Amino acid sequence: MTAPVRIAQLSCGSEYSGVQKEINEAAAAVNAEIFFPDISLADIERDSALFGLEARSADLKLAIARAKALVEGRIDADAVFIGTCFRCAEAAIVRNELRRYIHENSRLPVVSYSFTERTTAGTLLTRMEALTTIARRRALLAREEQVGLTLGVDSGSSTTKSIVMRDNAIVGKGWVPTTDVLKSADEAIALALGEAGVKRSELEAIGVTGYGRFLIGEHVKADLVQEELTVNSKGAVFLADRQHGPCTVIDIGGMDNKAISVQDGIPGTFTMGGICAGASGRFLEMTAKRLGVDITELGPLAMQGMGANVPMNSYCIVFGTQSLVNALSSGCSPQDVAAAACHSVAEQVFEQQLQEIDIKEPVIMVGGTSLIEGLVYAMGTLLQTEILVPRYSQFIGAVGSSLLASGFIKGE
Amino acid sequence: MAKVFIYPTTSLILSDMVARFGHEPLGSPLGIRERIQTAGIDSPPLQITPEEPKKGLRYAAVEVPSGVRGRMAVIGPLIEHAEAAIIINDADLAFGCMGCARTNELVKYLVRRRKIPILELMYPKTEEEGIAFVAAIRRFLQELGGEKR
Repeated sequence: MTAPVRIAQLSCGSEYSGVQKEINEAAAAVNAEIFFPDISLADIERDSALFGLEARSADLKLAIARAKALVEGRIDADAVFIGTCFRCAEAAIVRNELRRYIHENSRLPVVSYSFTERTTAGTLLTRMEALTTIARRRALLAREEQVGLTLGVDSGSSTTKSIVMRDNAIVGKGWVPTTDVLKSADEAIALALGEAGVKRSELEAIGVTGYGRFLIGEHVKADLVQEELTVNSKGAVFLADRQHGPCTVIDIGGMDNKAISVQDGIPGTFTMGGICAGASGRFLEMTAKRLGVDITELGPLAMQGMGANVPMNSYCIVFGTQSLVNALSSGCSPQDVAAAACHSVAEQVFEQQLQEIDIKEPVIMVGGTSLIEGLVYAMGTLLQTEILVPRYSQFIGAVGSSLLASGFIKGE
Repeated sequence: MAKVFIYPTTSLILSDMVARFGHEPLGSPLGIRERIQTAGIDSPPLQITPEEPKKGLRYAAVEVPSGVRGRMAVIGPLIEHAEAAIIINDADLAFGCMGCARTNELVKYLVRRRKIPILELMYPKTEEEGIAFVAAIRRFLQELGGEKR
């Protein structure tokens, strides 16, 4: 068994919120161990003053001093987890600045999270998994070309995607709605294999990602079972041909959103989550249903409308839908409503998540929602940049899995 | 003998002084000890469970960060039981660390709202201030009816 990845915890409130056990459990599940960098009282006084951020909370001062010790190499760690209470304004400032400081001044992968007392190990698992992957598998993540014949499966909350790749090219695709997780995976795989014209037995390696990864991984005997943060980063830079240099990957999913700051194909900082379903692809699905159009028609419809004509100021899927219904009943056009829905989702992701990472150009949008051009346009307008949507962007997780799985072909 | 709430609640020096003058110090070790010594599935090493922030709702609304409510579940009952209190403002970290600034604001407010004798002092910066500081605490504790042990 390999040595556990050592994750330094910088936090405020985790013990008193009762979630420390959950943090430890999530880390242990991915063979990592949480530790608190050991520093002296004098370090706290000196380092928090040197850092220049006058936090009133003693625990935040301690977190600042610990971050400095990590960056200056006085304490060894493989990765950093920053956690503070949800709703604390002072902690939000410190959390953000520490993440930026560590990212800019060290090679340590860092993830931050604002927890409540209801945060569970399951919620934290994907983040911990991504941290350990970046720390442990840098060589694998440096892989730039797919070789041989490999299959990638992405089991998302809304759809299950499958991709067959041969010698760095996509030769088969499968995309089905997620119902029964295993059944959907089997269907998507069958579609991809059929299009590629290959048999299951011919595959040299299989990679899986997404929410159903553990179940499907066992079912198909996958060589690689990997969370979607690192996999999607890899898939995005591969498809957009941006393997080198910085970029930002945005994936607005059915259940949650991911915003990942990437350098040379390796994620540095990332956020995962979303305050409410009102900031997700699910809201756009509901909008399309209410407008009586297919989800694929929502984007073009939105491009014809003016979102500003529809008042929307809710961060909740229920109240957001209510706003849309009110707008329709007061005579707004379906085009305007579609545009407002796209703008609302983009704005929420911009305000709630993109403020937590450093946006580096190019910005690559991936996932099924990247096909909704109204959403891409709204995001581009908010970020004041042109958004890159690579071909096959909706298959990003499956492509990333297929690419990374080729590292497991025997003999390599 | 009076039950004297101390702030910072982690201050061993304050706790010791209160005890030396014949009173019972109410500090956070007391609240933590209760959680350690109460048998249950969440016995040590896990002292604070997600139940604590819910209990903390008695002192702070659900909009308040979970860590504040968790701390209040420990500190709040001590304030309720207090018959007197000593508050040291702007104390050095080494004197007694109170991790969360928001909790500190709430704790001091709740203590001040109680109709009990309260001594509020600034943390001393010089030797002279230090002597006056100790003398003021001694006087306060003696007036509460305590006797030096």
